[in-house]
Amino acid sequence: MLLASSPFQEIRLDRMSRAFGAHNALKDVSLSIRKGEFIALLGPSGCGKSTALNCIAGLLATTGGGIFIDDKRIDTLKPEDRGFGMVFQNYALFPHMTVRQNIGFGLKMRNVAKAELDKRVEEALNLVRLQGQGHKLPGQLSGGQQQRVAIARAIVIEPPLVLMDEPLSNLDAKLRLEMRAEIRRIHNQLGATTIYVTHDQDEALSLADRIVVLRDGEIRQVGAPSDLYERPDHMDVAEFMGYRNRLTGKVISVEGSHVNVTVGNATLAGTARDSLKVGDTAIVAARADDVEAGRHSSQTVEAVVETIEYRGREFVGTARTAEGLELVFHAPQTAALGSAIWLAIDPARALVFAA
Amino acid sequence: MSASSPPVYDRLSLRQRLALRGIDGVTILVLPAVLFLLAVFIYPFIYGLVLSFTPKEGGMFANYQKFFSDPFLYDTILTTLWLAVPVTVISIALALPIAFRVRLMTRQRLLTTILVLPVTLGTVLVAEGLLNYLGPQGWFSRTLMLFGMIDRPLKLTNNYWGVFSSLIITGFPFTFLLTLSYVTGIDPALEQAAATHGAKSWQRFRFVLLPLLIPGLAIAFCLSFVQAFAVFPSAVLLGAPAGPTRVISIAAYQAAFEQYDYSMASAIAMIMATVQLSIVVAILAIRNLFYRGSTAGGKG
Repeated sequence: MLLASSPFQEIRLDRMSRAFGAHNALKDVSLSIRKGEFIALLGPSGCGKSTALNCIAGLLATTGGGIFIDDKRIDTLKPEDRGFGMVFQNYALFPHMTVRQNIGFGLKMRNVAKAELDKRVEEALNLVRLQGQGHKLPGQLSGGQQQRVAIARAIVIEPPLVLMDEPLSNLDAKLRLEMRAEIRRIHNQLGATTIYVTHDQDEALSLADRIVVLRDGEIRQVGAPSDLYERPDHMDVAEFMGYRNRLTGKVISVEGSHVNVTVGNATLAGTARDSLKVGDTAIVAARADDVEAGRHSSQTVEAVVETIEYRGREFVGTARTAEGLELVFHAPQTAALGSAIWLAIDPARALVFAA
Repeated sequence: MSASSPPVYDRLSLRQRLALRGIDGVTILVLPAVLFLLAVFIYPFIYGLVLSFTPKEGGMFANYQKFFSDPFLYDTILTTLWLAVPVTVISIALALPIAFRVRLMTRQRLLTTILVLPVTLGTVLVAEGLLNYLGPQGWFSRTLMLFGMIDRPLKLTNNYWGVFSSLIITGFPFTFLLTLSYVTGIDPALEQAAATHGAKSWQRFRFVLLPLLIPGLAIAFCLSFVQAFAVFPSAVLLGAPAGPTRVISIAAYQAAFEQYDYSMASAIAMIMATVQLSIVVAILAIRNLFYRGSTAGGKG
């Protein structure tokens, strides 16, 4: 519908930096975003993802680098001159305006003629499925509906770029899933270039075409969701992607990318994600799903079951090794609290990082 | 199993029933305030009202007839309004931009302290200071003369402008603090949202901030206005109490303590109250036409 006509090819961040005094909140962030792409900025709190978004929006000045739409430099422009749409974490709807006025705000500021404005607001209301709610004040809407209004307000101006700052973090779990699907649907329908900030890897994995993992103000890895999920480049990215088990040991053999590591009395096998040689200290990382209780062998680690959590179709347990290391595993229904079990890590799924 | 009838519970005790209606032990703490209000506000008010209808001579309404037939008396209403309204409007007009600036500052406290200082000085000290500063031999006129901008001292005291500036100086901090609290109460994300969606700074003020501020500014207007309307010390010390700044409180003072006509003084006080009340009611009625809800942009 709307955005196909925005005449640009890519948005480029070129060594974008932001310092607060001596603290570098963003360090040389470079990224090229193709038109129509959905990018998720993912990272723990304090990693600089919101700072990055505010810099792109113009709400925060950059202290280094540049932001370009094709060859036009925009980081020197005021936020109102950048023409982006933004969805805020707390929605930031104008409480004194009706839903329709809120959505039409950006068009009004652009002096769009009344008839055209009304038509586009109506289209946007339909798009976010709020037909018949246009006359209400934001205070009369539920959280999910308010978020729809915020999304409609951001996209109705047909911005080259839509910025979303943790838009789902204020919603309850069920609504969050619904709105996630909704955001994906709207993106598919409009193809609006989007930068989406989140700390929730599920959101990032399910929504994004590409995920940018930030840590301490730097990009750690950029890639398609499946790349990051299957092949994280760094231990901290792996940690974010659910590799909750980390066992430290010594590398005893390297064959191509296949590595064996001794951890305590056990020998664990996995795929190297860093260049390793025999004798190096390494970390074997694995997801709970890839750790199973099994029979005692030279490839299993002994641990004592501490908790078992029911997850609907499966159980997830935690167990502690004699060295005090906590492991998370896919539990058989029978595992009894306090019992000793032998945990095996799927060698095809385990990753080995340099410590 | 036999069907047993549901158990019957005792009625709630009186204390529980009262508590359900929000009345409990804490409610008693309101009593001193109620007594205080009765003693120092309600009783004197009714006493004064009755007193104003029992004039020294003439019928029940003689005081009021006298007030509204003597221009020397009824003109004081206009004189006072002519001071109080501009002072209030200008105070708010000054407070608003300063509050917008202060809102963004990290060291608000220093500036706030400086601005609030005049309140603590008291009207009389400010009046004395202004007499020296703005008087014919004061620095203000002398400085202007030194630079040749004027050739004889400006007359800024013992007239309208003396009272005007004193009212601004003593009234402004109050107006400012009130305005600042309303301005800082607006969620900053709203202005950011307006900016990212294309509103220039004037449009952000006009379409987002001002509409949200109007209810607060109406309250600030009422309170500042009532304060300014009751002007007395500066009208006497810095003004021309016999003429241009003969405000209504001076008329009441003269009736009470120069003519010893307490009944007349009460009538003037009642007229004063009515004027203030009608302005305040009018402002609050206008306020009701505007949005008055939360100034947050959504869930916190």
